[in-house]
Amino acid sequence: MSNLAVLPILIPLVTGILLIFLNTNLKAARFITKLMTIVNLIVVSYIGALVFQNGAIILETGDWIAPFGIILVADPLAMVLVIVTNIIAVAATFYAARSLGEKRERFYFYSFFQFLITGVSGAFLTGDLFNLFVFFEVLLMASYGLIILGGTKEQFRESLKYILINLFSSMLFVTTVAFLYSVTGTVNMAQLAERVGEVEQTGILTTIAVLLFIVFATKGALFPLYFWLPKSYAVPPTVISALFGALLTKVGVYSILRVFTLIFIHNLEFTHQLFLFLAGFTMLFGVIGALSTNNVKAIIAYNIIPAVGFMMMGIGIFSATGLAGSIYYLAHDMIIKAALFFLVGAMVVITGTTDLRKMGGLITHHPLLGWLFFISAIVLAGIPPFSGFIGKVLLIRAAIEEEHFIIVGAALLSSLLILFSVMRIFINGFWGETKLEKAAEKGSEKGLIFPTVLLLICSIALGVGAEYFYPSIQEIADNLVNPSLYIDSVLKE
Amino acid sequence: MEIAMSILAGGLFAAGVYLILQRQMLRIIFGTALLSHGAHLLILTMGKLNRGAPPILSESKSTYVDPLPQALILTSIVISFGVTSFLLVLAYRAYKTNKTDNLEQLRGTDHE
Repeated sequence: MSNLAVLPILIPLVTGILLIFLNTNLKAARFITKLMTIVNLIVVSYIGALVFQNGAIILETGDWIAPFGIILVADPLAMVLVIVTNIIAVAATFYAARSLGEKRERFYFYSFFQFLITGVSGAFLTGDLFNLFVFFEVLLMASYGLIILGGTKEQFRESLKYILINLFSSMLFVTTVAFLYSVTGTVNMAQLAERVGEVEQTGILTTIAVLLFIVFATKGALFPLYFWLPKSYAVPPTVISALFGALLTKVGVYSILRVFTLIFIHNLEFTHQLFLFLAGFTMLFGVIGALSTNNVKAIIAYNIIPAVGFMMMGIGIFSATGLAGSIYYLAHDMIIKAALFFLVGAMVVITGTTDLRKMGGLITHHPLLGWLFFISAIVLAGIPPFSGFIGKVLLIRAAIEEEHFIIVGAALLSSLLILFSVMRIFINGFWGETKLEKAAEKGSEKGLIFPTVLLLICSIALGVGAEYFYPSIQEIADNLVNPSLYIDSVLKE
Repeated sequence: MEIAMSILAGGLFAAGVYLILQRQMLRIIFGTALLSHGAHLLILTMGKLNRGAPPILSESKSTYVDPLPQALILTSIVISFGVTSFLLVLAYRAYKTNKTDNLEQLRGTDHE
């Protein structure tokens, strides 16, 4: 029964290994990937339903009791994110088969893809800090393979920087784990939380907390550590950009969410005040970046940054409402970022360029694509009744309740600018005179629409069906502000 | 002993960071190697350098050194070995494609 918690990691891992042997047989590889990601989605939905009914599933691997062995904790928060990850994975497999090109697919794309999902699911489910590092490396190594896949000049240029920054932050992660082990004598998150609580988070522990925050902020692209993100996310093929944009930074945010709601919660006026401050800057600088470029993929890549700022805002406020807002926004943003990358990718396929100034009037020949983009843009900006609205409204309500008025101003201003930055794509790309006749188009969006629609349906359901989803998210947040529940359920005291 | 090891790890970190800030790719990769050495040495140091037998069970020994940091280091060494070898090949390919090993010359906005 508790073995279920390992399935979200095991299924993609085994599939990835199997696909290594099938790299020349593309048809089989595509079929197996599609089948197994759908199977995986069904399995994780089942596990998710179980977890929401009966509480967290905790797997002590190898039957070693909690602080001594590695444990996997499938609690509601982790399961929400694993389910969303798998929804994106399903959409991405369908998109990849249509858009990537045989040469890239043949060079083990599907294996790397499955290993990426393995790493992301593992990072969400683990209950052990060093194991989190290992899963980080699993997903990062897969991402190194993916970012360079195809080997164009630009990819070489940007991926070098991407790998270096991640290598550096991984080493910092190891160093921080070493410090933490020296102070507390454990790497199990629940026991860490207990021991940090016993010694009241003195000076050295706050220092370690900030170091750990720097590690996750580098992975999650927070101000001032986001500089590596926009270009390195804009150069790889679209489906890879979408996977990165939807999953990788969110793992960083999830790690901050987990660590700073569970372990380091005894010096709030320093750490969480810092988060609020940085969240404000992240929102504003990210969105200014999005306005600065004419590369459509870079605009969407820059838009990842303010979204991370919004999630940090909820963690910084640290009330049940704020955390609920963060989680809602996290789930919403993963889906909508993937959808936006898919749509922009379709535009790039049609026009053969990423330059917004060379596009125009796409709506005459591609009305469906245009209106899908319009919906995604207003979902992203947070117009009711879509999902972006619910997350933002919760965050802003929480900020007003806790009297952080400056961050409310920053959030509203950056929402406006986010809307402006994506509407700029819509107005310049879809309206205006038709620059490209039907015959001169470089490709068609056939087959690229379906995965996007799939994601948008999820996104709209998340917004329109908020009454259905919101109570469980609120319950997760209520449990998060009371970390003793997690500690007791893991350590079984 | 811990003090000496901490200073040594600090030295490795300083050298690693200095090398990472250089322009040539190979120096940067040497820098990352030094950084990972520093990190691994630090894990060993932070696990306390108490005198004791190697962590292999035997009846005659009563105290052992802490086995957990050693396992952590072993994992971390393999991971950084994998990444470093990837990085070396990547640097070689990037050098072939871009005709330069100087990161300053890799700037540019040609895809915008």
